[in-house]
Amino acid sequence: MARSVTQNRKIINTSAAWAVGLLIFFPILWTILTSFKTEAQAISDPPVFLAFDWTLENYGAVMERSNYARFLWNSIVIAGGSTILGIIIAVPAAWSMAFVPSKRTKDILLWMLSTKMLPAVGVLYPIYLLFIKLGLLDTKFGLTIVLMLINLPIIVWMLYTYFKEIPGEILEAARMDGASLKEEVLYVLTPMAIPGIASTLLLNVILAWNEAFWTLNLTAAKAAPLTAFIASYSSPEGLFYAKLSAASTMAIAPILILGWFSQKQLVSGLTFGAVK
Amino acid sequence: MATQHSRSAARLMMAPAVVLLLGWMLIPLSMTLFFSFKKYLPLRGDSMANGLEWVGFANYARFVGSSAFWPSVQATLVIVGGVLVITVVLGVLLALLLNQPMWGQGVVRILVIAPFFVMPTVSALVWKNMFMDPTNGLLAYLWKFFGAEPIAWLSQASLPSLIMIVSWQWLPFATLILLTAIQSLDGEQLEAAEMDGAPSIKRFWFIVLPHLSRAITIVILIQTIFLLAIFAEIFVTTGGAFGTKTLSYLIFQRVLESQNVGLGSAGGVYAIILANIVAIFLMRIVGKNLDA
Repeated sequence: MARSVTQNRKIINTSAAWAVGLLIFFPILWTILTSFKTEAQAISDPPVFLAFDWTLENYGAVMERSNYARFLWNSIVIAGGSTILGIIIAVPAAWSMAFVPSKRTKDILLWMLSTKMLPAVGVLYPIYLLFIKLGLLDTKFGLTIVLMLINLPIIVWMLYTYFKEIPGEILEAARMDGASLKEEVLYVLTPMAIPGIASTLLLNVILAWNEAFWTLNLTAAKAAPLTAFIASYSSPEGLFYAKLSAASTMAIAPILILGWFSQKQLVSGLTFGAVK
Repeated sequence: MATQHSRSAARLMMAPAVVLLLGWMLIPLSMTLFFSFKKYLPLRGDSMANGLEWVGFANYARFVGSSAFWPSVQATLVIVGGVLVITVVLGVLLALLLNQPMWGQGVVRILVIAPFFVMPTVSALVWKNMFMDPTNGLLAYLWKFFGAEPIAWLSQASLPSLIMIVSWQWLPFATLILLTAIQSLDGEQLEAAEMDGAPSIKRFWFIVLPHLSRAITIVILIQTIFLLAIFAEIFVTTGGAFGTKTLSYLIFQRVLESQNVGLGSAGGVYAIILANIVAIFLMRIVGKNLDA
């Protein structure tokens, strides 16, 4: 009898959870579906769910009309570049804090975290002004640097928590065997740290891809990434739901897929290791 | 254990990150502070080269005294508070549900966290047009289907609409963190309580909720910091109209749209102070965790 009770409960749990899950996912599903409709079907009354003539014309139209490839390329360069640059700078810092801790290590870590809390709007004009003076406005390079800096604290923190989990005895053993600092980092530490570095990379590409304050305020036509491309759809010009959906689907698809791989790292990464 | 040699090497390895972040923090911050005490209207010919007029605390007084200030504080509090209540309450319920045994748990988890990966401009525009549009939005059809008059969401109910959009974006974050926390709960303790005949409400209230309190605090603090700064969602939906001008958005408009840099910078200093008050609490929790 007890078994049938739990079985019933499992059925109820399953249906409730799926109902809620589908409800939360519905706006994304609806966007993807609409992207395959014609503009007329996209606003038909009553709305059509699946029984429409599936078409790819919106994807063609978006790519043709708005130079989609350039926005995509800008997103890739800015998100990828800022993450890789950030990791190159953060790995040595996180390494030294994890393995050669001093009295000030904790203070430095917390201070780095505090720079992340600085509200962007509070420093908008100085950055804007510096960008004009340095000729960085609307350049991929400028935006890459800014996104690297705003994500650097998270990168250092994530790497630090991963490095902390590597047992120090292994490093000591390598040192005893006469490994130099360089060899120790290159041949002992790096192979063990690769999974941690990979998850850090993943989460920060996602964060940089979706960043929508600096990308909107520091770019115009040349260096604008996908966030700004989508924002350009905010002025309605006639019927455009299907095209908006196609553009949106293309902008979020790569990150949705990456995001599903990074579920676990998301929690420790975004809570700075406070929840694991 | 660490030799003098490795100590200095460590310092050298830390230097680039520390120097960059120090520059990133101090340079713009001191500029904002500097501008906040100056009259600086670039469109009316003020420039750094000609020297800016020192006005003391006039910008600070004017920012707080302007008719847009208190409404913006109110909008900020309503949005941040509304989103926090919705995401924490629903997040706890969802985490409890997802922690139950079921079929296809992994897939449901993916469905639930998906909104977090949608870029803010996309989610704001999709909600604005395809759901909240008073003529062609899906919600309008739903309203008509039940014989009700469709609502012009973003103009008639602008704050609730924004809260809904932002909550949809942040609910996955709250759920995921609370679910992680629930999974670390000691099952035996719950079982013992169940055997002693404690009803499920009591088990939730006296065992589960206290266990979650730390995770809830962290969710609230981290979300507050991000929510105080929401920008794109307002930028592409209402552009600050219909009472949705938050403190951050007001500062953005002062600085970039009306180019009153002095005034906007004074606002920026207020925002920085506000964010730091929240940050102190968060850092204390995170810092405690470092010692453990």
